[in-house]
Amino acid sequence: MTAAGYARTLDLVTRVRGVRGAMLVSSDDGLVVAEHLMEGIKGSAVAALAASLANRLRRAMVAAGVGASVFWHLQCEQGALLVVPAASAIIVVAVAEPDVNVGLVRLELLRAAEAV
Amino acid sequence: MADEIKTLSAELARDPHSLVFLRLGDLLRQRGQLDAAHRVALNGLERHPHLADAHDLYARILADKRDYERAFDEWDMARRIAPGHMGALKGLAFLYFKVGDVAQAVAHLEEAERVAPDDFTIQQALAMVRGQPMGSAAARTSGYPGLQPGSPSAPSAPSTPPPAPLPPPPAVAEEPMAPPAGPLEDRRVFAGLEGAQEGLLLLDAAGRVLGGALRDWNGADVTEAVAAYLAGVSLEAGRTAKLLGLGAWTGLAAEGQLGHIHLAQPGPDALLLLVRDRSVPMGRLAIIAQRAAMTARRWLEQQA
Repeated sequence: MTAAGYARTLDLVTRVRGVRGAMLVSSDDGLVVAEHLMEGIKGSAVAALAASLANRLRRAMVAAGVGASVFWHLQCEQGALLVVPAASAIIVVAVAEPDVNVGLVRLELLRAAEAV
Repeated sequence: MADEIKTLSAELARDPHSLVFLRLGDLLRQRGQLDAAHRVALNGLERHPHLADAHDLYARILADKRDYERAFDEWDMARRIAPGHMGALKGLAFLYFKVGDVAQAVAHLEEAERVAPDDFTIQQALAMVRGQPMGSAAARTSGYPGLQPGSPSAPSAPSTPPPAPLPPPPAVAEEPMAPPAGPLEDRRVFAGLEGAQEGLLLLDAAGRVLGGALRDWNGADVTEAVAAYLAGVSLEAGRTAKLLGLGAWTGLAAEGQLGHIHLAQPGPDALLLLVRDRSVPMGRLAIIAQRAAMTARRWLEQQA
């Protein structure tokens, strides 16, 4: 996929009201592949932590017998991090406001994961 | 050994950037001077943050201190810096084996074997690990001399791969990674709640089981393995939320291929896991988790 293709994919996620930014992150090394973030969000650091968390969560879920994660959602007091692992060793990450429509973001993230 | 430590210490004092800290740190570790070894390794890491051997040394010390979660992180880092790093591959295999994840232990040893196909100790370790059933609670270090905590450990000179089949045999007595709750003999924290017997797990900050139990779909007890992984998840979730300026994390819901999980924090040093199959919607899971968290919170307060 081209840079423009990545940008279009992320744009669909960030159009959802309440989404502050979206990123494509390499799950192997936690590096940013593409990003579309609001100012003030430290993309590279978030990418590294999201990839690390995704890997740990995947291990825990596999050990628990529920299989690899399809979607996960970290709920926080003032917002949320929503993640969908794609097949191509990439995770699609969205940072959102606390009142975001999680179901809608999930759908867009799943679409983005299919596209990449 | 004492003379060598003195010599290396003097050399390091003369040249703080010297790589002798690797040898010195490992010698101190082998002598059981873990705090001193810890300081040496950390100072070395500050000066050589991209040196895989430094992360490997630090991981060995952490493993000796039974800080397995951070040891995992350090070996993981060493492997990211140097994907074929023998110490990191063996260390990760050791930790996976320790929590009963035989498949991952084998995968890491096989990778080590590809890097060093003539290393007999890796073949020996592979043969031993493959002898364990998947997810077996017995898949720990017991019964295998090469994995025994008390067995001699290898020095970790940067150019010398450790000869032991799997690295850092901790210098201390063996203890399960997530031991049963000991004095809290009644583990029925969730009595009366839906799924009280299975699918609910209460852990402390170190990943030790306080209550509940977990089985996979084959009926195998996976409580301790999952607990060990989750201790890291909680920490990472906290870091991520903090970095994003989102305040404290309040829950983590995840959809798996075969089931769903929900994580909550009933207390500052506790973690609650709820597992259900995919027939239970995520929203309902969150409600059940809230109830379970309230029960767990009350129970934790009673224990205080």
